Amino acid sequence: MGLADAAQDIVDEFDFLDDWEERYQHLIGMGRALAPLDTSIMTDANRLRGCQSVVHFKADYSDGLMHYQAGSDAAIVQGLIALLMRVYSGQRPDDILAFQPQFLQQIGLDEHLSPTRKNGLASMITAIMAEAKARTAI
Amino acid sequence: MKPYHANDQDGYANDVNWQQIRADFPILQRQIHGKPLTYLDSAASAQKPQMVIDAISDAYSQHYANVHRGIHRLSEEATDKYELCRTKLAQFINAPSAHEVVLTAGATVSLNIIAQSYGGMVLKQGDEVLISIADHHANIVPWQMICQQKGAILRAAPVEPDGHVDMNKVADMVSHKTKIIAMPHVSNVLGTVYDIKALSELAHAHDAVMVADGCQGAVHMPVDVQALGCDFYVFSAHKLYGPSGIGMMWGRHDLLASMPPFMGGGAMIDRVTIEASTYADPPERFEAGTPPIAEALGFAAAIDYVEAIGMDHIRDHEHDLITYAHQKLSAIDGVRLIGTAGAKSGVISFVMDCAHPHDISTIVDRAGIAIRAGHHCAQPLHDFLDLPATARASVGIYNSRQDFDVLAEALEKVKVIFA
Repeated sequence: MGLADAAQDIVDEFDFLDDWEERYQHLIGMGRALAPLDTSIMTDANRLRGCQSVVHFKADYSDGLMHYQAGSDAAIVQGLIALLMRVYSGQRPDDILAFQPQFLQQIGLDEHLSPTRKNGLASMITAIMAEAKARTAI
Repeated sequence: MKPYHANDQDGYANDVNWQQIRADFPILQRQIHGKPLTYLDSAASAQKPQMVIDAISDAYSQHYANVHRGIHRLSEEATDKYELCRTKLAQFINAPSAHEVVLTAGATVSLNIIAQSYGGMVLKQGDEVLISIADHHANIVPWQMICQQKGAILRAAPVEPDGHVDMNKVADMVSHKTKIIAMPHVSNVLGTVYDIKALSELAHAHDAVMVADGCQGAVHMPVDVQALGCDFYVFSAHKLYGPSGIGMMWGRHDLLASMPPFMGGGAMIDRVTIEASTYADPPERFEAGTPPIAEALGFAAAIDYVEAIGMDHIRDHEHDLITYAHQKLSAIDGVRLIGTAGAKSGVISFVMDCAHPHDISTIVDRAGIAIRAGHHCAQPLHDFLDLPATARASVGIYNSRQDFDVLAEALEKVKVIFA
């Protein structure tokens, strides 16, 4: 599945939910369903700056695809990570760079995107893009 | 000034109209996510009453020119009003003289001046500076920097698990090597009120000086620097319902007079040649460049505002709120209060079993409640308490018991959402 399709799936899921409370509960549920990070990834070097919660992030590249892993100690942030993993992980670097993450706006979570929100969503997308860009440069 | 007290005329004023005070703050009429704003983040920065907003607007529309320079009417007016802020501040903290009050860009700058200028002058290799583990980064990092420059040692006194300070443990860390003790008047996370008087006596018994970071102190209680006996006291205007970008540093005159300037520039000099300069006396020596002029007029208005209410009334009102908040929040299953010292002021920090402070803050925001989540610029304290973060509700003069009812209700919702 491409990035746009994965994003559309998420938008469709959230469309069923009426209010902010259900949206957050769904987001939290997605976070809980995400496989916990291997402790070997939870190092200082892998810690993302610009987050009030503790966020670890790691990117790998194999068979032409980007593979991302991330985790947070805060449930809502973990949910945001789950969203991003579904869309971005397992995609080609070129596709990642070409993709505009408008789905966050469509599901009403774009308020989390501002770099000043300190929840790490903006820094995570920056990191995802930077890693993808590094691979296209090879 | 508005009559805030029901019976001011007989000099027995304890019946303050707190609802009227709340109405003085225009921003509190705002709705957040369709809910009335419940502002419980005054420890980060307090909101501003109309009187302060008007004073800043009035400064620019009526009285503005550069200060201490022009021989013209407007400059003289601006200078008089700027200097009046200094006089009001001196009275506010009962400083012996207005010449001991330096207007700075805020408490952080004040502490950097003391660390670099006073610390730079007295600290030698092997000397010690004693701070508290509960200090804000603004009272840690400046000392770390000067200690590194001078080969001095920075030590941090502990707090007990409930947040109170064991003075015996502090005393054990003070010796003839100690040159400076720098501690908060009130901890911005634990709310613990530090015994500045006892700490000052301890410092002086070892020929050290006592620096009090009053950011969370001067806003919640009357401050008398002569009674406290400390040597420096600093705070920012923005936590005292005044503008951001201005604060003050009070220092004993003999200390200020002995200190070299921190920054060079205009207004802080006596005579300048290309080879060398001589410096103005304090306080001007520490006020290089054009100061925050309109902010000083706003700061003065903020002092007038809180003094019209009375700092003793503010202390009692907020003590009532913190006591109520303690009862209300500790009654919620799964909430653990951080910092329950007997002498406590201004803030109530907590964690929840079911949710990270970041999650708590996000959910209560939907109910229009502003609280702070994170390390509150006190990472060493959070390491010491072995907590990655805490949630913090803090009070100001405009808060009411009802605000904590709203918070308690929202925390119940947090429990449902993260169940």
